[in-house]
Amino acid sequence: MQRYFLFKAGQSILLLLGVLVLVFFLVRVTGDPARLMMPREASAEAVEAFREEMGYNRPLLVQFGDYFVGVLTGDFGRSLHFKSSALDLVLQRLPATVQLAATAILFAIIVGVPLGLVGGFNPGSVVDSVGRFLALLGQSIPNFWLGLLLMLFFAVRLGWLPSFGRDEWRSVILPAFVLGLPTMGQLVRLTRSAVLEVRGEDFVRTAKSKGLLPGTIYTKHVLRNVAIPLVSVIGVQFGYMLGGSIIIETVFAWPGIGQLLEQAIGWRDYPLVMAIAVFTSLAVLGINLLTDVAYAVIDPRIRYGH
Amino acid sequence: MATKEKTQTADSMLDVEQTFRDRLAYMGRFLWRDRSGVIGLLMFLIVVFAAVFAPLIAPFEPLEQNLRAAKMPPAWDAEGSWEHALGTDNLGRDLLSRLIYGARVSLTVGFFGVLIAAGLGMIFGAIAGYVGGRVDTFIMAVVNLVLSLPYLLFVVVIASILGRSLINVILIFGITDAPIFARVTRGEVLRMRESGYVESAISAGAGTGRIIFDHIMPNLIGPLLTLATFEMSRMIFYEAGLGFLGLSVPPSVPSWGNMLEAGRKYLTSYPWIALWPGLAIMWTSLGMNLLGDWLRDVLDPRLRRARR
Repeated sequence: MQRYFLFKAGQSILLLLGVLVLVFFLVRVTGDPARLMMPREASAEAVEAFREEMGYNRPLLVQFGDYFVGVLTGDFGRSLHFKSSALDLVLQRLPATVQLAATAILFAIIVGVPLGLVGGFNPGSVVDSVGRFLALLGQSIPNFWLGLLLMLFFAVRLGWLPSFGRDEWRSVILPAFVLGLPTMGQLVRLTRSAVLEVRGEDFVRTAKSKGLLPGTIYTKHVLRNVAIPLVSVIGVQFGYMLGGSIIIETVFAWPGIGQLLEQAIGWRDYPLVMAIAVFTSLAVLGINLLTDVAYAVIDPRIRYGH
Repeated sequence: MATKEKTQTADSMLDVEQTFRDRLAYMGRFLWRDRSGVIGLLMFLIVVFAAVFAPLIAPFEPLEQNLRAAKMPPAWDAEGSWEHALGTDNLGRDLLSRLIYGARVSLTVGFFGVLIAAGLGMIFGAIAGYVGGRVDTFIMAVVNLVLSLPYLLFVVVIASILGRSLINVILIFGITDAPIFARVTRGEVLRMRESGYVESAISAGAGTGRIIFDHIMPNLIGPLLTLATFEMSRMIFYEAGLGFLGLSVPPSVPSWGNMLEAGRKYLTSYPWIALWPGLAIMWTSLGMNLLGDWLRDVLDPRLRRARR
């Protein structure tokens, strides 16, 4: 078990290194970073001065070394727009994003998993059809567009909910609903197919023939096995949401990391963009690691072999 | 068969409610299992038709501005007219025509994006699976890195750096989406290498090229076609998202994403401007998802969606 965790942790560190290389070279190699970050109408001298100031005229490897050491010591660079630490700016936005992501994932689980369970145990039933239809819709509707429509209807026309911002608790309802919708659809389908698969397994038949109560069979044998793929998907989706859903946060003017990214791109504030990309990837890697741990706790096969 | 079903129905006629529910469920199953693929295909073909014959069916030029007819509501509104069936936008451009031309952008991005992604993915996946060893380890490390990143965030960042152009959008989706094709290809190749028929082909003296093209490729087509359908739908979806953020094709191009972005500004006063492109994306996405589900069941029941 320990070896398994050590292996996973080592893997995460390697992935983190890969992320840093990727983010750094994306901004440096795809063009002239000074030109990218300065306003289009800036004079050649101004760009040159900026390049000098930021140290973009040094050898690439030296720059990367600097950047790498910086990130390891918690220095994610300085925002050009705010003239302050980029990491602090991201951390300021974190609570809003966590609130939105947590609400969205909760909604997806609460609606998606039961629908999938009922559908999986009663394939072809009315609930099953409804669930699968909702799943299909959830995965086909452009959720940011649905967000616009719902905002128009519930906030502007009916005035029931606030249309944007994060001033009261009801503000989170619309953005969390549309953000969670695709995940909800995915959970319905995944739960359903997992239940169908596990129900047909030999160990379930054995449990039945042993005369175990249906309740015991469901909780101990079926649900536990259904939970394994669910944990993985929920973890991955939550990780993505923690990175801030840039489009949903922009639609609802939700003051989270995604909105900050959209603004940073508008300001050409690439040190801040890089900080967001690295921080988000870190969050995703962290969640993935936790998911692997949860996996091992649920599934003894992983704990003892591989 | 038919008689057996009849007697069953007759038996359960005693319980009217049961029959009704049975029949509903049966119809539901029937629609899901057999019709959904056909419906999906039809929905998709309508979009393809609109894209291919756009100049013939669109009533106006998509870029033609007419400020006197700006912000006209759809025809069924009291102030609308059938001249502009879906209304016009803030510059008086005909929304139906823009919608039809928008299908071109979406399908171009989806088709060429998937083509590049599948091409790259197949090459690297096949090499990883067939050669194995360190090459495999390296390729799969890169694949896993890309797949564990927050996808949309990186697409947005890359798009903002490279700037707005159709080629850039296609390349971004083509390259960032290649890993999933590589992973599926590698998995299938590994499975096939273990299986009997490749082994017997090797022992019969078939060369590597022959094994790859005659024995492995044909078996790859099913899973990859299914994956391609889902991925194309996803690309169309994300292209619209990028357009909505103002990061996809240049603003002058009539794409669904650009239309959404423009419509958002006028959402409260002229909501129809944003309504149509969203419906078009939903239509296309729904059609392709139905088609993909059906293909998966028909071509390869083993393949599960590999991620996200």
